[in-house]
Amino acid sequence: MSAVLEVTNIKKSFGGIHAVNGVSFDVREGEILGLIGPNGCGKSTLFNCILGQLTPSGGEVKLDGQVVTGLRPSELNKLGVSRTFQLLQVFPKLSVRENLILAGQEHQGNMASRLVGRSDAGLTDTANQMIGFFKLDHLADEPAGGLSYGQQKLLDAAMAFMGGPRLVLLDEPAGGVNPSMLADLKERLVAINREKNATFVVIEHNMEFVMSLCSRVMVMAEGKVLAMGPPDEVRKNPAVIEAYLGH
Amino acid sequence: MSGFARPLKIALGLAVIAALIVVPMNFNRYGLFILSQWAVMSIAAMGLNLTLGYAGQVSLAQGAFVGIGAYAAAIMTTHGWPLPAAILVAIVLSFAVGWVLGYPALRVQHHYLAFVTLAFSTLAFLVFRNESWLTGGIYGISNIPRPHIFGIATNKPLPFYYVCLGSLAIVSLAVWWLIRSPWGRAFMALRENPLRAQSLGIDTRRYTLMAFAIGSALGGVAGALYAPLTQYIDPVPFNLSLSLDLLMMVIVGGAGFYFGPFLGAMIAVLLPEWLRFTEGYYLMLYAVAVMLLLIWSPTGILGILDRYMAARRTKAASALRAVAKSRLETVQ
Repeated sequence: MSAVLEVTNIKKSFGGIHAVNGVSFDVREGEILGLIGPNGCGKSTLFNCILGQLTPSGGEVKLDGQVVTGLRPSELNKLGVSRTFQLLQVFPKLSVRENLILAGQEHQGNMASRLVGRSDAGLTDTANQMIGFFKLDHLADEPAGGLSYGQQKLLDAAMAFMGGPRLVLLDEPAGGVNPSMLADLKERLVAINREKNATFVVIEHNMEFVMSLCSRVMVMAEGKVLAMGPPDEVRKNPAVIEAYLGH
Repeated sequence: MSGFARPLKIALGLAVIAALIVVPMNFNRYGLFILSQWAVMSIAAMGLNLTLGYAGQVSLAQGAFVGIGAYAAAIMTTHGWPLPAAILVAIVLSFAVGWVLGYPALRVQHHYLAFVTLAFSTLAFLVFRNESWLTGGIYGISNIPRPHIFGIATNKPLPFYYVCLGSLAIVSLAVWWLIRSPWGRAFMALRENPLRAQSLGIDTRRYTLMAFAIGSALGGVAGALYAPLTQYIDPVPFNLSLSLDLLMMVIVGGAGFYFGPFLGAMIAVLLPEWLRFTEGYYLMLYAVAVMLLLIWSPTGILGILDRYMAARRTKAASALRAVAKSRLETVQ
C-alpha cells in the first residue's frame, strides 16, 4: 500500500522545550492509524505541525509524495486534508445545517461563483445526508451552540467530512462522549473509512476505542515515537507499559 | 425574526417601503434633509455592520471612508463629471484603500485593530484638511451640484431624497444577497471561529481583506451621496466622531443583524431631532438612553427581539416535547 502521508523528522520547539523532537512515520492509504501517549507528549503539536497551524522548526511533511510543509491550513484542506479539534470547534450561532454547508462550501466552485451562485453552494442535499448519517436530524435547524457536548462532537466530526477529504486527522474524537454515542461514532467512522476510502489518524486516550478502531497504533512519549505497530503488539511493548505506568 | 409568518413579514416590508416613498411628500425642506441623511448614514452603517457585525473586524475608520467618498464626489462633480461616475470612483477608491487597511487585521485583532484603524481615521482627516490643492483645506468645497437622473433634475429636496432612498434600496439588496451567499457565511465564520474556518478550507486572509474592502466601499458610496446632499463639504464632519457615531449606530441597532444599521441610523439621526424640544438637555438625554439600552441589551435593539423570539421557540419546543412524552407514557 502506498503512503498518503509521510512525515520525516518533524521538530517543534517552544523556547527550550522540544514539544516534538524528530518524529517520522507514514500513513498508508485507507488505514486508521491511532496516535496515543501521555498528556503533553506532543501529539496535538504534531497534528498542528502537519496541518500548517504551526510552522515546524525542522522536518518535512509529504502528501502523496508532494512536499506540503509550510502550506496554510486552508490550502491543505483544499488538497483533501481535514481535521477535528480536541476542544469543541463549531460555529455556535449558525444552525447545524449551516455549519455543515460552511464546512463544504470552499470545495465548491471558486470565489466568484460563491458570490453570485446559490446561497447553499449546492450543498443542502449533501448536508442533509450527513445530518442523517450522524443522526442529528431533529437538530438540523438548531443553532450549534445549543447542542449537548456529545452532539457538538458529532457535528464537529461530520464537518470534517463535508469537503470529501482523503485524509482526516481526528484529535480526541471520543473525549467527553457518552458510551452509547461513542459506539455510534465508531460505527460512523468505520463506515466512512470503508465506503469513501478515507484515511484517518486518530489521537485518543480511550484505549478500548483506539485498540478496536485502529489497524496500527503509534505511541509517543516526550516528543518522540516510542513504538509503532498493530494494537496487540503495542499493548505488550515493555517501553509503552513503562511510559504509561512507570516513573 | 423567524417567529413572524412570511406573508406578514412581506406585508410589513411593503408598508414600510410605501411609507418611505409617500409620507415624505408633505415634509418640509428640513424634514427631507434629515430623512435623506438617515438613508445615507444607513448605507455607511451597513458597510460597517458587514465588517464589524458579520466578519467581526473592529473598525474605527468608517467615517474616513465616508470622507473619501464625499471628496471624490465633490471634486469630480464640481469639475463637470456626472454623479454616477463619481460614485463608481468612490467605490473603487474606498474598496482599494479598505483592502490595504485590512492587512493590519491579519496580524492584530480587537482593540489593537481598533487603534490601527483609529490612526488611519486621523491620517485621512489630516489629508482632507492639509492637502488644500485637492480638497480646499479648511475652506472645503462648495456649490456641489446635484445630479440629473434620467434627465430629471434633483436639485429640489424631494427628488434628491428619492435618489438617496433609491441608492439605499440598491445597497440593501446587494448586502442582503452578499450575507446570504457563501461569502456571508465565511464572514460569520471569521467572526465566530477563525481557527476552525481555516481548517475547513476558508481562506481567512482573503475573506478578511474582502470584509474590510466591501464594508469600506459602502462607506464610500454613502460619502458620494453625502456631498451632493449637503452641497458643501469641509473636513470637520469626517473626523473621528463620525466613525464613532457609525460604530454606535451599528451597536445600538444590533451588530450582525441585517436590519440593525437602519434602526441604529434612525436613532442616531432622528432621536436628537425629536429630543430638540428639551433644548440644552437633548444630548444628555440621548447619551443616557443609549447607555441604558446597552446595559439592558449589549446586543442592541434587535438583540432584544432576537432573545424574545429564542425564548418563544424554546417554549414551543418544550411544549412539543411534553406532548411527545405524555404520548409515550400512554403507550407504555
